[in-house]
Amino acid sequence: MSDTVTKAPERLAEPIRAEDLPHPMEKWLRMDRIPHIWCPTCGLGTVVTALVEGIKEAQIEPDRLAVVSGIGCTGRVAGYMKFDSFHTTHGRALPFATGLRLSNPKMKVVVVSGDGDIFGIGGNHFIHAARRNMDLTVICVNNFIYAMTGGQVAPTTPGPANTSTTPFGAFEPPFNLPYLAESCGAVYVARWTSLDVRRMSHSIAKALLKPGFSLVEIIAPCSTLYARRNRLGSGLDLLKFYQQNAIIQNGAKTADVGIDFQRPFIVGEFVDAERPTWEELMRKQMKSVLGEKFIPHEGGECSSCE
Amino acid sequence: MAKADPQGVLTGAHYIDGDEACAEGAMAAGCRFIAGYPITPSTEVAERMAGRFPTMGGTFIQMEDELASMAAIIGACWGGTKSMTVTSGPGFSLMMENVGLAVMMETPLVVVNVQRGGPSTGLPTMPGQADMMQAKWGSHGDYEIIAVAPNSPQEAFDLTIEAFNLSERFRSPVFVMLDECVGHMTEKVVIPPADRIEVVPRFMYEGPPEKYLPYQVDGGRDGVPISPMLHAGMGARFHTTGLTHDHRGYPVMTPECHEQLLSRLVGKIRDHKDEIVHVVETDVEGADVVVLSYGISTRVAYGAVADAKRKGLKVGHVEMKIVWPLPETRILEIAAKVKGLVMVEMNLGQVVREVQRLVSGRCKVLLAGHYGGTVHDPKKVLSKIEEAAR
Ligand SMILES: Cc1ncc(C[n+]2csc(CCOP(=O)(O)OP(=O)(O)O)c2C)c(N)n1
Ligand code: SF4
Ligand SMILES: [Mg+2]
Repeated sequence: MSDTVTKAPERLAEPIRAEDLPHPMEKWLRMDRIPHIWCPTCGLGTVVTALVEGIKEAQIEPDRLAVVSGIGCTGRVAGYMKFDSFHTTHGRALPFATGLRLSNPKMKVVVVSGDGDIFGIGGNHFIHAARRNMDLTVICVNNFIYAMTGGQVAPTTPGPANTSTTPFGAFEPPFNLPYLAESCGAVYVARWTSLDVRRMSHSIAKALLKPGFSLVEIIAPCSTLYARRNRLGSGLDLLKFYQQNAIIQNGAKTADVGIDFQRPFIVGEFVDAERPTWEELMRKQMKSVLGEKFIPHEGGECSSCE
Repeated sequence: MAKADPQGVLTGAHYIDGDEACAEGAMAAGCRFIAGYPITPSTEVAERMAGRFPTMGGTFIQMEDELASMAAIIGACWGGTKSMTVTSGPGFSLMMENVGLAVMMETPLVVVNVQRGGPSTGLPTMPGQADMMQAKWGSHGDYEIIAVAPNSPQEAFDLTIEAFNLSERFRSPVFVMLDECVGHMTEKVVIPPADRIEVVPRFMYEGPPEKYLPYQVDGGRDGVPISPMLHAGMGARFHTTGLTHDHRGYPVMTPECHEQLLSRLVGKIRDHKDEIVHVVETDVEGADVVVLSYGISTRVAYGAVADAKRKGLKVGHVEMKIVWPLPETRILEIAAKVKGLVMVEMNLGQVVREVQRLVSGRCKVLLAGHYGGTVHDPKKVLSKIEEAAR
């Protein structure tokens, strides 16, 4: 696969107009759906860029990758990606993806959804998909809030952040997502901010190529709701804050990477472990008991098995 | 029509229960993916398939709950595998949101509900038929649905195949509304050879994948306004969503697009309701009273109808194998000629209300209802027949 090559316009004498140039990502995005619905300075745009870059880096054939989203601002990602893409129900992207993958083991399946979607309403599915080591990559955009519904408290909101349903400040302890993922059995866990496009896409590539369950958490400010309610300045101010306060610490213990309100926090690649996937375990078990009688699912061996 | 894949067909005569027969029907119809969560009295369906699938290229996964099971089979269908899940009342309730997603994405699949007494945990090991309205209206929003209701293990086999065929024909989820009695009743089930089992193949797109528009309906198939499918990995790189969408599968948030989509989604079933009829009629011509029944209540009705005939009453019987959509045209024809209809169902009045609404006073429509936990007392059904004949 090669990047889109930008051809020099034929009439060199005339100035080059941006709209005459091909969009560098048009091969991977549904250009007929652009402009997208996201607010200016929202982190979601860079996440999409990083996802495309990650897919390119991992050299995955576009026809062999499916994107599944739940519901939310992040849930809209599937609709902009030019892949087989599924915009499902709130919290259920992971079981949908599980069925898709097991039914069609040649597909790489990536779930892109929000913190509320995956760890609030869909939390049970997350812990079980991780426990099974289902061959899925999860990209969770953590904006510390339920954005699409107007900025309510999420299971990731650090206290005492102000949200529309915690007008006097959030007080419930939030999840530490990498710690949760590792303890449930994820084999690859990383966290970056939406500013770290290169590290983010590199981690996404690694996660996609790693057989088993992987989580890439992206800290991506919700400029419209989270920043405004908490008087954190413009979207740009928020990005500056993350630039200055995200401490890179690869291999950090996930127990230590919880995030407090507007305090320095740790990003990096935290987990890169080996564990057989659900499909490998299932096949091994069936072969050991049934021998030649075992007939694997049509679609054959999984994409990550030799 | 195509023939069944012999790998899934256990040809021969068997002595099995309704749950097992339902599982055999699914496998004969080509189902190769099932996601489920244990719940009495439905678990035997999943257990049977978990045992048989590994030797026929099928995948079984026990999910963390019924929300997950329902979501997983939609994903599996879009991955290219005929899929099913199975549950009972409480799990059926949990599946409802994603039933709507399957309707909206036009995903052919089958959901089996082996009904028990409700509400809530109710009577886990005892029968009910009180999820019939939930089957019709359980997910939010306007839609039409198809539901079959077997009255024996043999019918559990036959009608599960029919359910899969209807799901492909209408690109819609289809319910198999069993009940604990039929699910746990053991009888002889004859499974024919594979070449005698008709299977409706999936309506597949045949043009160049890059031109594929997932909801572009060009004439449909056999008069049904559905678009052909492609699965993930076939090169179309299509999009589908639970949001109101256009022919490209893209969200369009306008009343016009919503009207266009819903009129087709509802119409594809409503406009074909006369073709989706599956009833077995006995002595309807010349009857004064006609008994309507489905599922296990049909077996009770047999006794009551026979008793009424012995008493000299002119009674006919319409056994509904497909309950949703209701066989409206036929019911109206009958209502024009009889004194009364008696609906036998194991609930406090569900399908009967749809019949009453339909018949609108053309004749008496009485409910022979029952709380569940056991089957009806046939004497109570008989007294309703007598009341209708008066
Ligand atoms: C079952 C259900 N409950 C509630 C909603 C309403 N809802 C839509 S998006 C959303 C929150 C999304 O938050 P998150 O996953 O963090 O995504 P974000 O918008 O922040 O990217 C909620 C509660 C819904 N669509 N479905
Ligand atoms: S509301 Fe927040 S998360 Fe949603 S698009 Fe706007 S900035 Fe992004
Ligand atoms: Mg969020």
